[in-house]
Amino acid sequence: MGLTADSGQCKREFFSDMTIEARFQLDKGSFSLDVELSIPAEGVTSLLGPSGCGKTTVLRIIAGLEKCHNGYLKVGDEVWQDRDQFVLPHQRSLGYVFQESSLFEHLNVHDNVAYGVKRVPGKKRKFSLDKTIELTGIGHLLERKPTTLSGGERQRVAIARALAVSPGILLMDEPLAALDPAGRQEILPYLETLHDELDIPVIYVSHSPDEVARLADHLVLLEAGRVKATGPIAEMLTRFDLPLAHNDDAEALIEAVVAAHDDEYELTYLDFAGGRFTVARKALAVGRSVRLRIVARDVSLTLEHQSDTSILNIFPAVIDEITPLGKSQLTVRLLVAGVPLLSRITRKSAALLDLKPGKSIYVQAKSVALLS
Amino acid sequence: MFSEADLTALVITLKLAGITTLILLLLGTPLAWWMSRTQWRFKFLLEALVALPLVLPPTVLGFYLLLLLGANGPLGGLLEALGGKSLAFTFSGLVIGSVIYSMPFVIQPLQNAFEAIGRRPLEVAATLRASPIDRFFTVAVPLARSGFLTAAVLGFAHTLGEFGVVLMIGGNIPGKTQVVSIAIYDHVEGLEYENAHWLSGGLLLLSFLMLVIVYGINRRFRPVQA
Repeated sequence: MGLTADSGQCKREFFSDMTIEARFQLDKGSFSLDVELSIPAEGVTSLLGPSGCGKTTVLRIIAGLEKCHNGYLKVGDEVWQDRDQFVLPHQRSLGYVFQESSLFEHLNVHDNVAYGVKRVPGKKRKFSLDKTIELTGIGHLLERKPTTLSGGERQRVAIARALAVSPGILLMDEPLAALDPAGRQEILPYLETLHDELDIPVIYVSHSPDEVARLADHLVLLEAGRVKATGPIAEMLTRFDLPLAHNDDAEALIEAVVAAHDDEYELTYLDFAGGRFTVARKALAVGRSVRLRIVARDVSLTLEHQSDTSILNIFPAVIDEITPLGKSQLTVRLLVAGVPLLSRITRKSAALLDLKPGKSIYVQAKSVALLS
Repeated sequence: MFSEADLTALVITLKLAGITTLILLLLGTPLAWWMSRTQWRFKFLLEALVALPLVLPPTVLGFYLLLLLGANGPLGGLLEALGGKSLAFTFSGLVIGSVIYSMPFVIQPLQNAFEAIGRRPLEVAATLRASPIDRFFTVAVPLARSGFLTAAVLGFAHTLGEFGVVLMIGGNIPGKTQVVSIAIYDHVEGLEYENAHWLSGGLLLLSFLMLVIVYGINRRFRPVQA
């Protein structure tokens, strides 16, 4: 993804007043919502939680599609809702992508995308219709009626339509949930492109940790209508007081930069704060930021630096915390020069190696996935 | 063939049906829209009232309208007091009667069509900067177009066949309030079967053609809403 941890931080300082402040309370009989949020108005913030936790409701309240009394909402320097005022949805500078693409069936693709553009005053249009169409790759579909499109195509049109109004913030409600795996694979690269190329804050509702790991910079965990935790994604994925690190496929994210390519072995070297990763060659420009995903199951621990191993990605680390998982396994949180990583090992291995917090060891990453 | 009087009756009938349909579309659209959106808990009362002309004998409706619009009725009396004249036995009276008589045939298809749209397309339009009125005309109306077609044709065709209400409040005045259905009745009474055949056959063909058109077009959009 576009930002390294460092540049993300200095950006946040630069736009220090660009935050989204929200306080919503809602009582709908069996369901009650009580959230207080302060999230950076830049990058992708994901609202993650099981279905029924209220994440879609939060998004709908932000858009003004649902009302809650005594709510407060400030986006950047605009107050959209407080005690005295309620800005109507069509007067809020936002784009909304619904779970089902919800295209206007009576309009063709071009007119769907152009619908909102016509209603935005010329000087508030940040990018053109053509640019939006190009970014989402729907140029060849413009004359088609929505009913003739595949699920993935429909969702791309819906994303283009929401972007075309040059929104100050983009709200996405599980845009991949209604798609089959093929459709999902079709959309994800576009979402990543948007993240990299557009300077629009995104709030992305999801129930899938996998999607979130690929797209989010910032995470808000929701549970039963309450905010359970909020923070930068890499930190949230590895915190033992949160459920994500206890998942079967728990993982860590590392922001790295493409350092060099190896022509002889067809490899790419990626630098991060704790050292250099070696991966199979990827067609990426040197200097580009990338996001690496390392699944806890693929990380093993050794006391000595192994030189007689096929594994190339070995880094010195310090054990930060250890927590049991079931009867026979443990999850170990490690810091590689301050960058958190997870390792999943058996309780027996931990006893044999005498692992405990504070101990210095070596981590071996069997596989590293490049997310962009 | 058609006699001069029959042609006049035909013109009056078409004029009555046309004006009635227009008025019902203008008044019925906002009402049907509101009924399709509102959470009002007494909405069912209004729905029952709208549906009443479906089950009521037209003579009953005509009888009450006659009382209401006649010179001694509250509305007719008021008009006379204001220097106008009572609406009974006038074309305007017929229009009022027809509007009530054909109301469910226009409002129900519209309401069904609006309800079938659901909230989502309008929410989408709201997030695309469209104001409520803008959303109504650019999203709700086009998406409910098959409902509008059904409503217009059913309202028109149903008014063509009106008999009881017209008889009660129209007075069967040739050239003024005599419509085809009553002219047919008069011809049969007078054993003028040839004239009755021409008018009946004409009405049959016209009604059938209109329904063929509406069902044919609606099949291309989606299943008929009415």
